[in-house]
Amino acid sequence: MQNRCLSRFWKSCLALTLIAAWTGAQAQDLKSFEQRITTKVLPNGLTLIVCERQDAPVFSYSTFIDAGDVNDPSGESGLAHMFEHLAFKGTTQIGTTDYAAEKVALAKVEAANDAYEAEYLKAVGRDPKKLEELKKAFKEAEAEAHKFVVPNQFTDVAERNGASGLNAETGLDNTMYFWSMPENRLELWAWMESGRLSDVVPREFYKERDVVVEERRMRTDSNPIGRLVEQFLATAYVAHNYGRSSIGWPSEVGQITATEAMEFHKKYYVGANIVVAVVGDVKASEAMPMLERYFSRVPAGPKPEEMTTIEPKQFAEKTVVIREQTQPFYLEGYHRPDYRDPDDAVYDAIGDIMSNGRVSRLYRSLVRDRQIAAEAQGFSPFPGDKYPGLFAFYAVPLPGHTPAEMRDAIHQEIDKLKSADVTDEELAMFKTRTRAGLLHGLADNQGLANNLAEYQTRYGDWRELFTQLEKVDKVTKADIRRVANRVFVASNRTSAEIDTEAPAAAAKKDGGAE
Amino acid sequence: MKKSRDQRSGIRGQLGVRGARAAIIVVAMGFVFLTPAAMSAQQAKPWEQIPIPKLHDFRPQQPKRIELKNGIVLFLQEDHELPFVSGSVLIPGGSRDEDKAKTGLVELYGEAWRTSGTAKLDGDALDDLLEAKAAHIETGGDVDSTAVSWDSLKGDADQVFSLAMDLLLHPKFNPEKLELAQQQAATAIVRRNDDEGEIAGREAAKLVYGANSPYTRQPELATIGAVTVDDLKAWHERTLGGKLIVSISGDFDPVAMEAKLRTAFEGLPPVKAAPARHDVFSGPKPGISFINKDDVNQSNVQIVGLGTDRRNPDVPTLAVMNEILGGGFASRLFQKVRTELGLAYAVGGGLNFAYDHPALFRVNVITKSASTVDATKAALGEIAGMTGSPFTQKELDRAKDNILNSFLFRYDTREKVLAESVRLEFYGYPANYLETYKAGLEKVTVADLDAAARKYIHPEKLAVLVVGNGPEIKPGLDELKLGPVQTVDITIPQPGGAEKK
Repeated sequence: MQNRCLSRFWKSCLALTLIAAWTGAQAQDLKSFEQRITTKVLPNGLTLIVCERQDAPVFSYSTFIDAGDVNDPSGESGLAHMFEHLAFKGTTQIGTTDYAAEKVALAKVEAANDAYEAEYLKAVGRDPKKLEELKKAFKEAEAEAHKFVVPNQFTDVAERNGASGLNAETGLDNTMYFWSMPENRLELWAWMESGRLSDVVPREFYKERDVVVEERRMRTDSNPIGRLVEQFLATAYVAHNYGRSSIGWPSEVGQITATEAMEFHKKYYVGANIVVAVVGDVKASEAMPMLERYFSRVPAGPKPEEMTTIEPKQFAEKTVVIREQTQPFYLEGYHRPDYRDPDDAVYDAIGDIMSNGRVSRLYRSLVRDRQIAAEAQGFSPFPGDKYPGLFAFYAVPLPGHTPAEMRDAIHQEIDKLKSADVTDEELAMFKTRTRAGLLHGLADNQGLANNLAEYQTRYGDWRELFTQLEKVDKVTKADIRRVANRVFVASNRTSAEIDTEAPAAAAKKDGGAE
Repeated sequence: MKKSRDQRSGIRGQLGVRGARAAIIVVAMGFVFLTPAAMSAQQAKPWEQIPIPKLHDFRPQQPKRIELKNGIVLFLQEDHELPFVSGSVLIPGGSRDEDKAKTGLVELYGEAWRTSGTAKLDGDALDDLLEAKAAHIETGGDVDSTAVSWDSLKGDADQVFSLAMDLLLHPKFNPEKLELAQQQAATAIVRRNDDEGEIAGREAAKLVYGANSPYTRQPELATIGAVTVDDLKAWHERTLGGKLIVSISGDFDPVAMEAKLRTAFEGLPPVKAAPARHDVFSGPKPGISFINKDDVNQSNVQIVGLGTDRRNPDVPTLAVMNEILGGGFASRLFQKVRTELGLAYAVGGGLNFAYDHPALFRVNVITKSASTVDATKAALGEIAGMTGSPFTQKELDRAKDNILNSFLFRYDTREKVLAESVRLEFYGYPANYLETYKAGLEKVTVADLDAAARKYIHPEKLAVLVVGNGPEIKPGLDELKLGPVQTVDITIPQPGGAEKK
């Protein structure tokens, strides 16, 4: 188990030397991070990482699944997120009064839903009366299954045992589950977490689907920026799933079935696709055999094959304009390569120099000097990093200023980046701030667990969290100019803006009546 | 490079990430379905067979507290894990103390103080100098305090401390930076009706405290426009004489640091006590209010009343009651509205307490327009159930477990211990408050809960506010039978009389 660490030790030594040169006497402390981390790949392919930090009797964990809404099958947008909600509903052992009977009842729910959907989706000859009956039959089947449910028992047990910050996140690229707990609950946690990864039950699925649809209304439909971003991405991408609503198009997320969610689980929740990191008051030598026993329950299964779709090169500039009674906003994006690109750190440099703090170019130009924006930034990658994402810029106009002014001012700053080198000071500042940012990120158990799991997944080695500084150090002024000239071109651009419509115009559009 | 999660915010967070659970969060009615077979299964729950060993001994490291002769208090918290030093000076006096005609002054002060800089080094030069070292000095204003805070790598700590002290003692407020801050504040004002949740949270608080209360009055274009550089200077002079609380944490030598802080702060005049406040809190006018927003398909429902303050001896009982009403996945509200009815993603709330004034009683439900009345009735039903459906020992045990087993997350890092010490010092609470509070939580009984619910839960005194899409809300709000629906005007006043919706 620890051999895996040692074989890569030279690499981390290099990283630690770099950091040591910079922080002097602190190297010992940083080196101790390396000495405190144990990694083990289980026979089922699942990777466990334990980082010992005995400051307080607590631990944080992060379970990182290399699958997110980008993996949702066609017609099932929002599925990965829907499954994430299911992972809080318990297992065959927790959340039920009698699983054998519940299983039979759940099969009836699924059959009733299938019958309802088949009628509902009929293009010709849908019978409203039959639909009503099928709906009623479905509700009855659901009520029957509900008799075996102990509501929220999984989360209840976690919370009663001191879980703090209990939550999960589904992104386009990945799904993460996490919480913090007192250290004496490590085995209880391992039982719970390995259980929901391997033994999930589609309990209360259809009610939870209503909850997710409600979440969509909150995050997207009822939020002006949420609406804008959904349209922006749908326009920027023509082929890749980054262009698809990640919470799901209403018609699709509203019709996901439990069967579909369980198929997603079967395909993507396999050992080779999962990394679990634990950080805190844990002794790896004692904990590892116990963790191995529990997490070996996760099915082996092959690493799911990568998607074939590659977003084709954009050749036409595209624009989205939303006219409504909210305040103006401007957003634009340019396609860039994924995180494995040799220039990945160059994009970070551009983001930092353009956007980080009151010294940044966009702040000084748009906010401080020209006084046309309250806020202006450029950042990447968006909306994900596993696949080619966008380098995005946005600006929030001051009252009386327009999205067009934001666009022109952002383009002027981009042109400067293309036509002249950044200064030595700007480049040095990027490198210094990146190193400090890395160190700050080590302070928090949960943050460190998330990072270790993510880097282990994306680079096959958590040490990349440290060794990435080598790439940062190699960024040159010429790199920045070269990348800016290649990426920030009109034919590679999609923009989206909110133009504020006067209330009177809106009323007219609606026919003038109240 | 991959961005750490906490670097993703604002628009970046918009589509990147979603949680299974909103910040707010159940009812135990499901248990009535337990069958005899299940009851026996219950006795042998697999998770209850997992051993829970004794927790490792833990005595959180308390910061060193030093009270100077002039009344200024210093806290030093060593933490040598990472090579950083950070600090802050907390200054009493905040937006609740500003002149009503200049509402927004403290916000502008908090911004322009730092961006203006000092006579020696203006704000822009300070930005250049600090950012090159990945160091920060920031200032800010809050409802009851303002602060200057800083952080840097250990090697730069002396220089950054000197710069922060220069900013604390010798600021030079710059009219151009005030203007910049005013523009930013104006942007926030004209945008404040764009987001449904922001409208609901703000207007509900106004229903409870009153629109002109120092806790809820809002900056307007006219009031921020009235603030001058002289106002900022006067505010600074006035508040700097208060009881400052200086806190330092990180990788420093404690002897040298104490000497340095003494040198910097011992020379200041004796601190002046803050004048006592005489706020009146009467609570909302009961009834139902509505704000129309036609670009949403969801209603934000706020059920509000007056809460209490932490000095109230009933607070431990109220904390347990809150956990049962709306605190977690197992709370009555979450179980009913989200799990059983599927009517909301976000639901929760309770009777809140602030350190030195009554906070709000607030229950919040966010639901699709058509289910506004159903979800509101369900939430009101659970609130009324606080006195109507007696608390059970099971609920009490669960709530206590939830709170007490996660209690150490209030002090599991040295930074949190320091922050708590500063907070208790600022509000004049005893240093052992957390221990006393924990002991109080442990003693809560079912009878205490019943008594507290009768004393503090008064459904007839609550106000309900709905922000949503009027034409979509069917059945209409009159179905709630809470009296005539009052429409709240949230039009943004324009200086000079014109109004902007």
